[in-house]
Amino acid sequence: MTITTEVEKPPARPGTGRAPRPRPGRIRRIGLPYLLLLPALILELLVHLVPMVIGIVMSFKELTQFYIRDWGTAPWSGLDNYRVSVDFDAPVGEALLHSFLVTVGFTLLSVGLCWLIGTAAAIFMQDTFRGRGLLRALFLVPYALPVYAAVITWVFMFQHDNGLVNHVLHDQLHLTDKPSFWLIGDNSFYALLTVSVWKGWPFAFLIVMAGLQNIPGELYEAAALDGAGMWQQIRRITLPSLGAVNQVLVLVLFLWTFNDFNTPFVLFGRAAPEAADLISVHIYQASFVTWNFGTGSAMSVLLLLFLLAVTGVYLAVTSRGRRASHAR
Amino acid sequence: MRTIRAAATGAVVMSLALAATACGGGTSTDGEGSNKSPKTLTYWASNQGASIEVDKKVLQPELDKFEKQTGIKVKLEVVPWSDLLNRILTATTSGQGPDVLNIGNTWSASLQATGALLPWDEANFAKIGGRNRFVDSALGSTGAQGKDPAAVPLYSMAYALYYNKQIFADAGIAQPPVTWAELVADGKKIQAKGKQVLGAEGANVSENVHHVFVFAKQHGADFFTADGKPDFTSDGAVSAVKQYVDLMAKDKAIPPGNAEYAQNQSVSDFAKGKTAMLLWQTASANLKSQGMSEDKYGIAPVPVQSGTPGTGAQVNSMVAGINLAVFKNTDNLGGATQFVKFMTGDEEQKILNKAYSTIPPVASAQSDPGFNSPANAVLKDTLAKSAAALPQVADESQFETVIGTAVKELFADAAAGRAVTAESVKAKLAKAQQQMPTK
Repeated sequence: MTITTEVEKPPARPGTGRAPRPRPGRIRRIGLPYLLLLPALILELLVHLVPMVIGIVMSFKELTQFYIRDWGTAPWSGLDNYRVSVDFDAPVGEALLHSFLVTVGFTLLSVGLCWLIGTAAAIFMQDTFRGRGLLRALFLVPYALPVYAAVITWVFMFQHDNGLVNHVLHDQLHLTDKPSFWLIGDNSFYALLTVSVWKGWPFAFLIVMAGLQNIPGELYEAAALDGAGMWQQIRRITLPSLGAVNQVLVLVLFLWTFNDFNTPFVLFGRAAPEAADLISVHIYQASFVTWNFGTGSAMSVLLLLFLLAVTGVYLAVTSRGRRASHAR
Repeated sequence: MRTIRAAATGAVVMSLALAATACGGGTSTDGEGSNKSPKTLTYWASNQGASIEVDKKVLQPELDKFEKQTGIKVKLEVVPWSDLLNRILTATTSGQGPDVLNIGNTWSASLQATGALLPWDEANFAKIGGRNRFVDSALGSTGAQGKDPAAVPLYSMAYALYYNKQIFADAGIAQPPVTWAELVADGKKIQAKGKQVLGAEGANVSENVHHVFVFAKQHGADFFTADGKPDFTSDGAVSAVKQYVDLMAKDKAIPPGNAEYAQNQSVSDFAKGKTAMLLWQTASANLKSQGMSEDKYGIAPVPVQSGTPGTGAQVNSMVAGINLAVFKNTDNLGGATQFVKFMTGDEEQKILNKAYSTIPPVASAQSDPGFNSPANAVLKDTLAKSAAALPQVADESQFETVIGTAVKELFADAAAGRAVTAESVKAKLAKAQQQMPTK
């Protein structure tokens, strides 16, 4: 995934510009940018838009194993798939709502913790000290590891009988009366959250660290001269200066976490415990396990609409905040 | 600038959501196959051995033999179990599948419903030596009743009770248990010696469904009505599921830790001598690879409620096994049929089933002395007399998932010390039934 950053063209200063180049032909001047964009546009169309349109079409069809071989012939079901998905009194809708609420709670906690830990670590790493480079590299290990390898290691650590987690919590620290189950039952939520935060915070660390490089050191020096302590410096200089970076960071973390499929799937397999039934695995189950592809597609479209709405509101709110701060 | 940012973010959101939305394209794949490329075949084999490499070593010499006989080169791909069903579905959707493939025999009716597999009518059966070559119980798991089978049986398996001879001797138990009551009673003696009683894969959805299906048969219940409608909450079904989960919840025979097992950890526990008993299908190769020699354990029929295994309420295993199917739109229909004939021929049946410690579903191959060991005698006997096929309905695949998951959740309750009552079992089964497709 690429993050688009805005690069503003510096204003031309009179008298400093080079002699103007000969003007290219009008058609070439207008056509060239589009020509250069064309490969990307075609790929975008093929990779994203076409499958999305297919997915939307499928959501209006009664698509089960009887029609999967030639899904174009599946009968239209109108809004039935959507009706079933949002009928919260019936089992399918009820399970989807449950899964949605679990995902929202999980995402808020995971993003919050990732941001908190990543920001704290980045601020801590601002000072130069011996071994900083090594520590920085170590911090990024979870981000660099293949997801499957990392999560399967956690599966071993969360095992009830031989896992490291129970060994430390129960055998060594005596924090629990008996060894706990982490991969089944209610605790599975915390197991999932732990792995998600472990996997996600280095990204926050990386982005915040990059953002910190742009804050001029003079600001801190001036603040120190005025008698501001570390906490005040963080609150008054660091965090406000990171505003734009944080907006992008939180949004990207939110989208990744909300849609995370790999972590729960490797951790729990195709039948996730109820407490950790994230919406991505839930939709996978509806589509590929119970072979109800139409309903699965409808759920995906609903999810897409939800994410678009959240993103829209988020962008509106943050840009209003930005405008207000500019106006001051 | 805001617009650009919104557009960029919109693209990000779409690409993420698409991961869930897109299901691939659909091409029409009508037709009964052709003979456009008569010299090659693609074969997807399921992972049967200890690893994919083991499977390649077993299968490649046979494929070379086939090439020598017919001049047809077979391109082999061994597909892990966890991927197989999705791979078949993808191939079905795209029409770009292999020519010949292995399927789990319980999926036969579900895959038959997609229309992607070649039906084995009398004419097709005649090309491979006729329907009568196959054992009845194995034929029972090849598709919905009243329809031409969607596949032919390749390897047969059945559940048996594996027991550790030393642990039994130490606990003073002379014979393996014949009934569940005996198993629970023996369990008390085994626990007194500090060993675990019975291993299970509580989080493995398919294992769960196999066991509760057998318990349901023993309670005179079925999970589907005669006309193929889900019927998960009958008294018999509830008692069956409860009895299985109670082996952990009430009888304490299955250790609570097994509630989260899904990667054959219970086989490892048995091989290491931690557990006295295991209900498994063809565990010998797996046990051997983990260092447990055949003289250390015995094999007995899975217990029943009372009496001896047989038909009806005395059923003690599902008919497990692998079927061989031909993709309907193959480019080498003639070659594919020849390959099925080769793989189900007496000689190959003997070689392959010995390699995988399975039982040949071809009656004439069963008489080979290699299949007359005590272990095989139990499996053969079970398959012949007391095994029943899982429901052969189009929704079988969904049934496995929802019932298997319900049992997984009940095991989680039992492991956490929460009560497992007839009501809680019924509630889980009712929820499972509501998740089944209604059309």
